[in-house]
Amino acid sequence: MLDPAGEATRAAAARLGVDGVTKLRIGKAVDLEIEAADAASARQQLERLSDRLLANPVIENWTLELQDTAAQEA
Amino acid sequence: MAIGVVVFPGSNCDRDVQWAAEGCLGIQTRFLWHEERDLSGLDAVVIPGGFSYGDYLRCGAIARFAPVLQEVVQFAEQGGRVLGICNGFQVLTEIGLLPGALTRNHKLHFVCEPAELTVEPGGCSWLQGYSSGEVVTFPIAHGEGRYQAEADTLKSLEDGGQVAFRYCRNPNGSMADVAGLTNRNGNVLGLMPHPERACDAATGGVDGRRLLASLLG
Repeated sequence: MLDPAGEATRAAAARLGVDGVTKLRIGKAVDLEIEAADAASARQQLERLSDRLLANPVIENWTLELQDTAAQEA
Repeated sequence: MAIGVVVFPGSNCDRDVQWAAEGCLGIQTRFLWHEERDLSGLDAVVIPGGFSYGDYLRCGAIARFAPVLQEVVQFAEQGGRVLGICNGFQVLTEIGLLPGALTRNHKLHFVCEPAELTVEPGGCSWLQGYSSGEVVTFPIAHGEGRYQAEADTLKSLEDGGQVAFRYCRNPNGSMADVAGLTNRNGNVLGLMPHPERACDAATGGVDGRRLLASLLG
């Protein structure tokens, strides 16, 4: 999939004097907090969100990273 | 004969559609605020151009969940005529009434110019006033109009005669020069160019009149 913004930024990197950037793609990161009974149900909800709202699978790939903040705070 | 024109926060061609339909052609127009659910008495719905919800997340991504659009999907599934122009086309792909997606123009250019298009009316009820292969000029004004779809999706569209409009000179990198698509039943049409801005001789060109005039039968 062509990423025109990534290509333009890669060209600018060379003009800054940073050579050798062979690939540069721009996407987005979404940072969200969700309350759920357990990790499995949180993951299920987040997968639904990612697939149906946050990303358009026709043109975007997505990955998901789950952190249990309640466990960290306890 | 009455049409509904969807209005999202950030729509900016809603009044252009009203002028084209009502001012130029005498078709009664009712604005549909994005929270409305009442489509009673409407013969067609137009999703106009603009930047629905600021184009946050992706063009059309948030509009897809607007209450009015849940009704528009039902309306379309029951055979109602739906037209999506520019941002409206992006919304139709996000909501799944038309396949594929509209992405950032190649070279990042926002293109704003008259565009020559070839028309393939096929079975599209909006386009029965045009002949096959006819060349028309509609203005374009978009930054994210580069049509993308999987190869088999595009093949299915081509085989089904659903590529209703193609650019004569591709301005944005769209696959197969796609400028507009219709659904299998021909009641839903989405296109990046603006037929509603080609309805009044005073503002240049009337090639778009026949598209809206198709509602008058």
